[in-house]
Amino acid sequence: MNLGKIHKDVAVVGAGMTLFSRRLQETGKEMSWQAAQMALDQAGLTLDDIDAVIMGSAPDAFDGVHKKGDWLIDGAGGVNKPYMRVYTGGGTAVFAPIAGWWHVASGMFERVLVVCEEKMSSCQPHAQSAFAHIWDPILDRPLKPNLVWIFAMEMQRYMHTYNVRYEDIALVAVKNKRNAVGHPCAQLADPDITLEDVINSEPMALPVRRLDISPPSDGAAALVLVSEDTAYELTNEPVWMDGVGWCIDSTMWTNRDLAFPKFVARAARMAYEMAGIKNPREEIDIAEPYDPFDYKELQHLEALGLADPGEAAIMTREGKTQRDGELPVCPSGGLLGVGNPIAATLGIKVGELFWQLSGQAGARQVPGDPAVGVAQAWGDLMQFSSVIVMRRRP
Amino acid sequence: MTFSEKFQKTTDVKHWLGDMEVDHFLYTAGIAGEAFFVALRDKGVILGTRCELCGITYVPPRIYCEHCFAELNEYTDVGLRGRVRSFTIARLGKDGNELKKPEIFAVIDFGSGTTGLLHKLGEVTPETVKVGLDVEAVLKPKSQRGGHITDIEYFRPVG
Amino acid sequence: MKETVKPRGKPLSGEEMKQVCHVVARPQVKYAWAVGVAMSHFLAGLKQGKILGRTCVQCERILVPPRMFCERCYRTTDEWVELPGTGVIETFSISYIDTDANRIKEPIFVGVLAFDGAPPHSGIMHYFGEVSQDAIHIGMPVEPVWKPGGERVGAITDIKYFRPREGARPSSNSKRRKRG
Repeated sequence: MNLGKIHKDVAVVGAGMTLFSRRLQETGKEMSWQAAQMALDQAGLTLDDIDAVIMGSAPDAFDGVHKKGDWLIDGAGGVNKPYMRVYTGGGTAVFAPIAGWWHVASGMFERVLVVCEEKMSSCQPHAQSAFAHIWDPILDRPLKPNLVWIFAMEMQRYMHTYNVRYEDIALVAVKNKRNAVGHPCAQLADPDITLEDVINSEPMALPVRRLDISPPSDGAAALVLVSEDTAYELTNEPVWMDGVGWCIDSTMWTNRDLAFPKFVARAARMAYEMAGIKNPREEIDIAEPYDPFDYKELQHLEALGLADPGEAAIMTREGKTQRDGELPVCPSGGLLGVGNPIAATLGIKVGELFWQLSGQAGARQVPGDPAVGVAQAWGDLMQFSSVIVMRRRP
Repeated sequence: MTFSEKFQKTTDVKHWLGDMEVDHFLYTAGIAGEAFFVALRDKGVILGTRCELCGITYVPPRIYCEHCFAELNEYTDVGLRGRVRSFTIARLGKDGNELKKPEIFAVIDFGSGTTGLLHKLGEVTPETVKVGLDVEAVLKPKSQRGGHITDIEYFRPVG
Repeated sequence: MKETVKPRGKPLSGEEMKQVCHVVARPQVKYAWAVGVAMSHFLAGLKQGKILGRTCVQCERILVPPRMFCERCYRTTDEWVELPGTGVIETFSISYIDTDANRIKEPIFVGVLAFDGAPPHSGIMHYFGEVSQDAIHIGMPVEPVWKPGGERVGAITDIKYFRPREGARPSSNSKRRKRG
């Protein structure tokens, strides 16, 4: 990494997202447009002002459409513009803005639109059927696996290695589904959910129960990124992408340590170094780690250096990760509460940090004027992670 | 890097067979698509949306202009008549086998500045089809229309 | 407090989704995946009732599933070794859903095992059988239950499942790391 080669600081000046819902009538293109239009409106820009477009969308197999990014491009505002699609599974949610970041940081483009879309409802009988394509066709698929299995096995190993109690993990689902009550786009917000509800929900692949999992969703989200040269012309409250990092581990997942995701820690180290973060526990005010399953929030907090291995569960039990706690985690409501349209979770990770750090998060606003946040996503065959450190400047 | 051991035992397993485990995809037509197909099915008309700023009529309609991103929510009947912008004569089917009768596919404009609809031509031969040919939509009887692009059977030459 | 998210989108129920205009498309694709050099050898081994691994002398791993290259050292792996086939459970799940997310009554026991005679994390995913929900645990010694020789075709399913191995000593793999 050569920090001296970064030419421009990059700011988020607008964000947008659609409802997250089990099924939306809109086509993927229509959803992309709705989210992108909202982001442009927030930035006070029109499509004419945009120099380049980044499109993020996860597996083509969900839609049965080749080159999905290209297919969606008229809705994403990329017609007759430099365009690039990035795709790292769930990691796309934070990796697409990283791709936007390097377009601007390089000095090549002044204003970049980042659009992420996912329509999981097209895939019948269930998006799970398309997930089968993630497994190795020779070793894994003949065993007729369900994607939940790999999470269940990771969770089991995590609980065993660090002596973590299921009840503490389930509290993450309770917290996030309650946090989502403040989110106008939320699919599974529940103000009354209790720990017992999660513990007693149907077993899926134990230790994973139904309420430990985020729901499949349709949705889209977008960001507008600009350089330091024009950020203050557009807003008094730009939020800066001060550090970015990403890392991938081997596909040979049975040969991995399933308790601690080292690749997340490496991605975080890269982002912290760029942002000049020496002590993340002291310096980070808000975290939006990827939470497709409740235990993933804990594993990710630990890999992000915000807790020691096994400690994130205790912080959760003690209420430290609540919206008004010491370290608010997933104040958006996360994937568990707002929904999981894979790449489009951009809106509740980087989008949420933009709204939180610029004081525009409405009922979800974290108290105490937060200034520094970290967003993280994770995907592919449970092997990729992307991290962004965001800051509001005084 | 070379492998020290070459693949030589041809009796060993070489391939593993599989297929796409998805049963089917269900694509909603979307907001603009719903307006388009309901009008086609129930009224036998073809709808578009127009962006006055860019001077483009989208057929089939879209809820946004792809050039300026304006919201487009007024649907206009563009009529059943159009003009062939370009065409191709298909002599092989999608399985690669020769078709009994060639099929002609065309991009059809509905007035100037429209985006063009892909469809089949009928009542015309490979010898007589040409760019600029004026055509009109031949619809299935109302009772057989289901809100699909195939509710239009084909386009045929006018006059 | 300022709220700037103005969400759009028309949610549909499952029934409504079938009532709005839509198109149904069925994928018609067949694949023949090349198994490759290492996996071909491994599958041929399974047919003979053997678990084969590939050594890398540089990182001192035995790679199972085997590869002709070590992805860490990025060099050609060195030689084939036969492992005893026994191992310990590294992690497991008790699944009440099948591959299409349908609920099933009799749960599937599935997990990752690490093979004996190889460094930690050298193993594969497979089913576990002849074990109860209360008894199964991380660190449990297991052994393969093979299909009869005549029924084996050179597939991962030539092993029916792994079952508890009676009289085996618990492996060091079951030890917990201290927290913090």
